[in-house]
Amino acid sequence: MKHALKEIYVGFKSLVVGMRITLEQFFKPTVTVHYPHETLKIPPRFRGHIELVRDPATGKPICYACKLCEKACPSDCITVEGAKVDGAKKRSVTQYRLDFTKCSLCGSCVEACRDGAIRFSREYNLAGLSKEDFVMDLFKRLEQEARETEPPGGGAGPAQPPAAPPAGSTAEKVEKPATEVK
Amino acid sequence: MEIGEPLRLVLFLVGILSFVGLNAAYLVWVERKGAGRFQRRPGPTEVGYAGLLQPIADAIKLLSKQLIVPAGVDRTLFRAAPLLMMAPAMMSLVVIPWSESLAARNINVGLLMIFAFGSINVMAIMLGGWSSRNKYAIISAARVVSQNVAYEIPMLLVVITMIMITGTMNLNEIVRQQAGSLFHWNVFRVWVNPLMPVTFLIFFICMLAETNRAPFDMAEAESELVAGAYTEYSGMGFGVFFMAEYANILLGCALGTVLFLGGWQSPIGVWPGVFWFLLKMYLLVFTVVWIRWTFPRTQFYGLLNLSWKILIPVSLFTLILSGAMMKLF
Repeated sequence: MKHALKEIYVGFKSLVVGMRITLEQFFKPTVTVHYPHETLKIPPRFRGHIELVRDPATGKPICYACKLCEKACPSDCITVEGAKVDGAKKRSVTQYRLDFTKCSLCGSCVEACRDGAIRFSREYNLAGLSKEDFVMDLFKRLEQEARETEPPGGGAGPAQPPAAPPAGSTAEKVEKPATEVK
Repeated sequence: MEIGEPLRLVLFLVGILSFVGLNAAYLVWVERKGAGRFQRRPGPTEVGYAGLLQPIADAIKLLSKQLIVPAGVDRTLFRAAPLLMMAPAMMSLVVIPWSESLAARNINVGLLMIFAFGSINVMAIMLGGWSSRNKYAIISAARVVSQNVAYEIPMLLVVITMIMITGTMNLNEIVRQQAGSLFHWNVFRVWVNPLMPVTFLIFFICMLAETNRAPFDMAEAESELVAGAYTEYSGMGFGVFFMAEYANILLGCALGTVLFLGGWQSPIGVWPGVFWFLLKMYLLVFTVVWIRWTFPRTQFYGLLNLSWKILIPVSLFTLILSGAMMKLF
């Protein structure tokens, strides 16, 4: 009898404690980030797919098609083509094909690059309707980005990381200032 | 105020149907918002202001779905089960006194009528599960019956205690007896029976079990039984079950308000009775939601142990105690 009464008492008390805890949580502010309306700040070492880096002085890609990244890639997803433009000292890249369907974001290409010509982009809104959407030409992407972000005749500023999404991805136009959530 | 019989009937039907429908819809919203807040989420926000149009969107979705009657089911029972669950809940609301003068019917055996209709609820879920010809649904049907039989007993013992104390089964009369300050409410009348708050707790727990609410939602244990007795139902067949569940919660909370919390009586003597009734009722509804998002589902033997080993002895004891108190004082 004593044991049973104690069990009822202890059990009931634990229920009350539980209900108090949930009620406390009820009146605390929510912690949700309303994703399309607000976004978290992307961590600085975020690994998106790779992208070409522009030379801030000329506005052209730094890459001169040495193909070290192509060789470094373990999954064989990079194809670089370059051509020598008349008068230029180095070759310059004409095509930089990235097959993102095979890429595992290992970063060997970025490590292999001697001149810092490629880096991880901060693109994460990747969605496409076909597999081909993810075979992208980074050189064309860079040129398109230059056309879109800079007014004609303007100096080539430092390339802004997340600009034009690759073909097929739905452009997220609701980019409010990213709310930082601890 | 006296009004003609046909008009009274029409008013009751329109009023109760819209009240139950709107409440079922918006209690889902309350449930989802509450669930969100208890888990530090905002709950529905996208459809309308604060997600207020969400129930309407849900209703349109359910209405536009096909009502599938699977092969091999008992068609008549399968179709009748949702209605059998909804109709008793609506019928029971006939006798609830919303205020001094607002009740569809002032019946002398109102309490008896509510419990008579309340038992049909169990049969409806059982029939739904049985006629579905689905293993999960049948397990659920068996659970519902044993659970509801187990919890009907302490519930009725508590109600008998209340009838002994109040001496009437007329709900309006029961409320009238609780006039005055807070301490005239049945739940606080400890001089009549020192275990009155315990009686209320037992009533509330049994109400949760009877309406198959968490932590006693064995009938619809999603993680074990898909959707329990409702597994084979689609579209509005499921929707009606869902609405009936909320209608039953509403009825249970209304009954708790009438029996224990002084119904439409105002503790401070201001504002109309309807306001106080709805306030008390919705506070109980909120508690139901609060409990759902606090406690995990009990195991089945825990559920039956609680009823047979704790609730029934304690409610029997309160029954005997209040009998003895009434005899002595």
